[in-house]
Amino acid sequence: MKKVVRVAAGQGFWGDDLDAPRRQVEGGQVDYLMLDYLAEVTMSILQKQKERDPTLGYARDFVGAMESVLPAVVERGVKIIANAGGVNPPACAAAVKAVAEKHGAKGALRIGVVSGDDLLGRLDQLIAAGHALANMETGEPLSTVRDRVLSANAYIGSEPIVEALEKGANVVITGRSTDTALTMAPLRHEFGWGAQSWDQLAAGIVAGHIIECGAQCSGGNCLYDWRSIPDLANVGYPLVEVKPDGTFVVTKHPNTGGRVSVQTVSEQLVYEMGDPHAYITPDVIADFTTIKLARDGDDRVLVSGIKGKPPTDKLKVSIAYRAGFKAVGTLVYAWPDALEKAQLADKILRERLDRLGLRFERVLTEFVGANATHGHLAGDQRHAPEVQLRFGVRGPDRAAVERFTREIAPLVLNGPPSVTGFAGGRPKVEEIVAYWPALIDKSVVKTKVDLVQ
Amino acid sequence: MKVRLVDIAHARSGDKGDTANVGVIALEPRWYEVLEEFVTRNRVADHFRGMIEGPVDRFELPNLKALNFLLHGALDGGGTLSLKTDAQGKVFSTALLRMVIDVPDAEARRLELPAAS
Repeated sequence: MKKVVRVAAGQGFWGDDLDAPRRQVEGGQVDYLMLDYLAEVTMSILQKQKERDPTLGYARDFVGAMESVLPAVVERGVKIIANAGGVNPPACAAAVKAVAEKHGAKGALRIGVVSGDDLLGRLDQLIAAGHALANMETGEPLSTVRDRVLSANAYIGSEPIVEALEKGANVVITGRSTDTALTMAPLRHEFGWGAQSWDQLAAGIVAGHIIECGAQCSGGNCLYDWRSIPDLANVGYPLVEVKPDGTFVVTKHPNTGGRVSVQTVSEQLVYEMGDPHAYITPDVIADFTTIKLARDGDDRVLVSGIKGKPPTDKLKVSIAYRAGFKAVGTLVYAWPDALEKAQLADKILRERLDRLGLRFERVLTEFVGANATHGHLAGDQRHAPEVQLRFGVRGPDRAAVERFTREIAPLVLNGPPSVTGFAGGRPKVEEIVAYWPALIDKSVVKTKVDLVQ
Repeated sequence: MKVRLVDIAHARSGDKGDTANVGVIALEPRWYEVLEEFVTRNRVADHFRGMIEGPVDRFELPNLKALNFLLHGALDGGGTLSLKTDAQGKVFSTALLRMVIDVPDAEARRLELPAAS
């Protein structure tokens, strides 16, 4: 058994720094590279792409990432774990295989493909069998939006990834795996942690939570002493050095920017936190109130003490459905009296929409520069040098939203003075794909692992 | 003594649906007790009155010298439904740091808290 396993994070979301995966495998010693591509609504975007072209539906950035890390995989045995498969893990594997062949690395990759998370084709059957898939926030049953559902995927845990690694995979591609499982699975595989080693599993989850957002734990988006964080242009993405007992050090490669400190790690730990006593995953429930952090030298934080307990018998399901249309238009008003001018424009716009008989589910006005992020807490902003009027509408009727988008520009000539910032043209109408979180019995979801060589 | 939260704590926030979370972390470990005593659930609910529609939950993490707040109904529906600039509650953290708390002088001196200017 290895004494220490190093898992590095190379992507915090689909759209993250394209060069980070390569820097992570070249900047220092790494055993596994973990890449997280899936945010809550990403699956629905991928589902739409797959409908148009059955060979798509996965995070295409991953193919470029694989190309950039291929030498490390082939020559140094670095293993890659990514949830880049989206709604089409086999197609993702095929694309990766093609890239390997292009570089003469045919046969060097053993790609483990994890499937079984996709429930879209089984939805009606599941509903008929009594699975309400009620919205975890509102309690409404899924049947209320069934005809508008675009994708439905269970968040799966570490088991199938461990299985793929046991079968000898050096690249594992999953669909809607939990972000944290991507880090925890290789630790289970290397250290032989059992399915009931609650404390170690919980430690793996905490390690995963800390690094799953990439540089957000190593100096990026860090409020604490932010001016002093060095060289963010060359920010080091994080990695964990984990011991068999589950204690680990968060660090980054030498000669990189950013910072790993108790403060940068603490900020990431509280990010998107719910009840800290119960961070629920398919494998284990981790107790974040047991985490101990300690400085372990420059850019090193030792994490220990983590306790876990058995998980529930449910899996969370990520469902995406069509929820109408929206558009947001903006104009900028300048001093003097910028805020007052923007407020008058808002009043005029509302009256015009009313006269046109346009009705919306929701209309929201923000005055950027005065109240958009801090509301009334921002205080008196009457003397702001400029204020952006940001006006948004949302509703089920595309035509009404479309009509609204034509009402912004006229204000430039027929509204309050000192207005600019309309060069972008009419706002775009966007179809809303909304998120419907639900729970389902674990026994319903059967994962499968295929090895592609 | 009046103390600005921004002078004794740092923070990060995120979202879960229509709920924003704000984690507030003491800048000095010994200042955690001030957060625990004065940044109460009710105080935070008052602070955000008019900005959020639902209740506030508070959780304590003495191990991280941090408090975690859940602000329900804070994000205009949340995710892709929201029309807000900050649809994912990324900077709600800084709005909480605008809070000014009133700490008894003796306690403020003992803990060497920076006074609001």
